Amino acid sequence: MCGICGCGQTEQKHSHHHNHDHSHSHADNERLIQVEQDLLSKNNGYAEQNRAYFKQHHIFTLNLVSSPGAGKTSLLVETIKALKESFPIAVIEGDQQTEHDADRIRTTGIPALQINTGRACHLDAHSIGHAAMDLKLKPNSLLAIENVGNLVCPSSFDLGEAHKVVVLSVTEGDDKPIKYPDMFYAADLMILNKIDLLPYVDFDVERCINYAKKVNPNIAIIQLSVTKGSNFIEWTKWLEHGVANRDSQ
Amino acid sequence: MHEISLLENVREILQEHAKTQHFKQVKQITLEIGQLSCVEPEALRFGFDVVMKESLAKDAKLILATLKGLGICDKCKQPVSIETLYDPCELCGNPFVTVTQGNEMKIKDLIVI
Repeated sequence: MCGICGCGQTEQKHSHHHNHDHSHSHADNERLIQVEQDLLSKNNGYAEQNRAYFKQHHIFTLNLVSSPGAGKTSLLVETIKALKESFPIAVIEGDQQTEHDADRIRTTGIPALQINTGRACHLDAHSIGHAAMDLKLKPNSLLAIENVGNLVCPSSFDLGEAHKVVVLSVTEGDDKPIKYPDMFYAADLMILNKIDLLPYVDFDVERCINYAKKVNPNIAIIQLSVTKGSNFIEWTKWLEHGVANRDSQ
Repeated sequence: MHEISLLENVREILQEHAKTQHFKQVKQITLEIGQLSCVEPEALRFGFDVVMKESLAKDAKLILATLKGLGICDKCKQPVSIETLYDPCELCGNPFVTVTQGNEMKIKDLIVI
């Protein structure tokens, strides 16, 4: 039985019901039942269980989202190299197929678990709960979840994280925040990556930041280059602050 | 597309309610979808028959009710209509409006036997 969600193989019992037992008769034994239940209530229920588990074990959890190729995996590899002596780190990888990303993470020496979502375009909270149990996370650690590369669907699916972090690269177009507002609305931090390539691309940083702030006035923004290391320290400081203050998140 | 995932969640919710509310079949389901939510109503309609095909909601009538986007302006504090997450206040032009309605995606009610 799973220690977070309590499910066996396929049975899922969760306490996220809103039962409004108000019914009256219609013709042919039909009756009207008020439900008033969120379509995402099942996923949200699992997410809250994950959140409670992370809080109980003092785990700072991030949900990294982006289009494919923005640099999430590279960002994680360099982050692990910089911080693995400071606190335990574990990674859950999400892709439709292959173990490539989890393999890359494991070369750094830290535990990584790959979820293959198949035809699904996002990770969901139930599978994250199981993965977290399988990883046997240490207390006071950082758990980074790298979501499927997709700027649309993951925004709807709470995984129980402390923050969604959206990674955007300068090779993608400066209007992405306004074209994909749901994701930038849901994120607390935007990392603008590959700034070393700015001299070679037609990307207006100020316009991009303005679009992001228009959709989400409270979004924090860090500009960096993973491959060149430029301003990487601002990201590692943000992480260290988050891990140190996780219990007040 | 994630409308399928959402509908699979709906199917599970229906199965749970069937047990607690003692019904066998869903004849009609009303979903309330906020104008600002990241759900495409037509994709829901398209996916509904596929996902419910072998379930207790097979052949159920799907009613989609749209909820308007509403918010409160952070500056003039007035209630306003919004069509997107980033619409400015229609009264004072302030760019920041706190959303009060429009992000919902819910099962409102069922007609069952």
